Amino acid sequence: MLFDWSFALEILPILAQAAVITIEATLIGFVLALLLGLALALARMSRNPFISFPAAGFIEFIRSTPLLIQIFFLYFVFPKFGIVLPALVAGILALGLHYSTYCAEVYRAGLENVPRGQWEAATALNLAPMATFRDIILPQAIPPIIPALANYLVALFKETPLLSAIAVLELMQTAKIIGSDTFRYLEPITLVGLFFLVMSLVSAALIRQGEAWLRRRRS
Amino acid sequence: MDPIVSFQGVTKRYGYLSVLKELDLDVAPNEKVAIIGPSGSGKSTLLRVLMTLEQIQEGIIYVDGQPLTHMERNGALVPADERYQRSVRGKIGMVFQNFNLFPHMTALQNCMEAPMNVLGLSRQDAQARASELLEMVGLADKMQSRPNRLSGGQQQRVAIARALAMRPKVMLFDEVTSALDPELVGEVLNVIRKLGDEHNLTMLMVTHQMGFAREFADRVCFFYEGRIAEQGPPNEFFTDPKNERTRAFLSAVLEAH
Ligand SMILES: Nc1ncnc2c1ncn2[C@@H]1O[C@H](COP(=O)(O)OP(=O)(O)O)[C@@H](O)[C@H]1O
Ligand SMILES: [Mg+2]
Repeated sequence: MLFDWSFALEILPILAQAAVITIEATLIGFVLALLLGLALALARMSRNPFISFPAAGFIEFIRSTPLLIQIFFLYFVFPKFGIVLPALVAGILALGLHYSTYCAEVYRAGLENVPRGQWEAATALNLAPMATFRDIILPQAIPPIIPALANYLVALFKETPLLSAIAVLELMQTAKIIGSDTFRYLEPITLVGLFFLVMSLVSAALIRQGEAWLRRRRS
Repeated sequence: MDPIVSFQGVTKRYGYLSVLKELDLDVAPNEKVAIIGPSGSGKSTLLRVLMTLEQIQEGIIYVDGQPLTHMERNGALVPADERYQRSVRGKIGMVFQNFNLFPHMTALQNCMEAPMNVLGLSRQDAQARASELLEMVGLADKMQSRPNRLSGGQQQRVAIARALAMRPKVMLFDEVTSALDPELVGEVLNVIRKLGDEHNLTMLMVTHQMGFAREFADRVCFFYEGRIAEQGPPNEFFTDPKNERTRAFLSAVLEAH
């Protein structure tokens, strides 16, 4: 079976459309992971055990179960509780939820790296907890962890094909459909693989650039 | 005159270790108190409980007539909550041994952050106040510099300006020259001297600079194992110490210099 270039060209527009869904799911899922992750990190670090314990348990639970099961759970089991989500929404939610637990641990490391003296100086200046967090702690905690967070963005991106399991029309699912319709899998699957390869390589290069920039800025 | 700071039977423990032991201490408004003593005797802890960075286990602290560690509820004194402490804490400012400047902000921003957020000053007013103070500590030309572009002495002077920008009535200095290279100590002490002349400020300073304590303080307190073992006006204190421990400490310090 030889690679059919004209066929590849023919299906490219369809795949390009699906790529938009893939990127959408990636970006929305990641924003969700970032926000939820910060909330989880704060809950996890809370001095109140009624907050920190459940947060720690939730993080552990999500990290110890496969993303695919979480996707299935949101899509197939939630309706049993009366929560019916469109496949794309369930998929994005699962991605965001799953990666929020990884982001939470990254945030925690970043927050714990801010010296205690910074909190003490903020207290001595009578800054409110919110202002301390927003103006003093976060601006110091975030820059060093940007590379780690960006790596999870790439990881999340590479897991979007799992959404094909609940028939979200992202790249993988689209390629599968093209394959079963035309009995040609080589071209669609290869193109999808290439797309992920190129995007991942580009992101990795960007992250390296970003890291170097951060290092320069901090010295 | 009523004391501006009053420790009454204050005990601070870490686990089973008592770091302050039923401490009583009254400080008069505008008084300059030097606190000296061996390492681990509880000097920093005294300042830190006054800054509410640590909680005490027994006793009570008053600031400007108001309880700091406790608040009134239904006629009884109960441990203060965070919100209440914020309302009293504003009368106190602190300068740390390691400066603790905000590294992501310029000198000017360091001095504007709290006045804007806590006192509600407008950006213009906060900036005017901050530049005036930075000028006062001799850093008019460093306002736009980040801390990592400043020498230790300059950083510590920014930290002093930052604390003063909140217009505290009481300033706490915890070994503010100990982290500095010897040639930079003078510029920081000069700023503190200037504060003593110009401002109506009460100061408590932990220091190892005996010469400075003698010249600057109205009273010297010698700490030993969580208690004030001896205190008095500097002339008396340094020329005729009564306590065995004070004498041993002073001769050890003098020998080291
Ligand atoms: N966070 C803490 N936990 C336990 N022990 C502490 C803590 N902070 C201070 N201490 C102890 O309290 C004692 C007094 O400390 P400190 O007030 O810093 O002494 P000084 O400033 O006079 O050198 C020391 O024995 C020190 O080890
Ligand atoms: Mg100390």
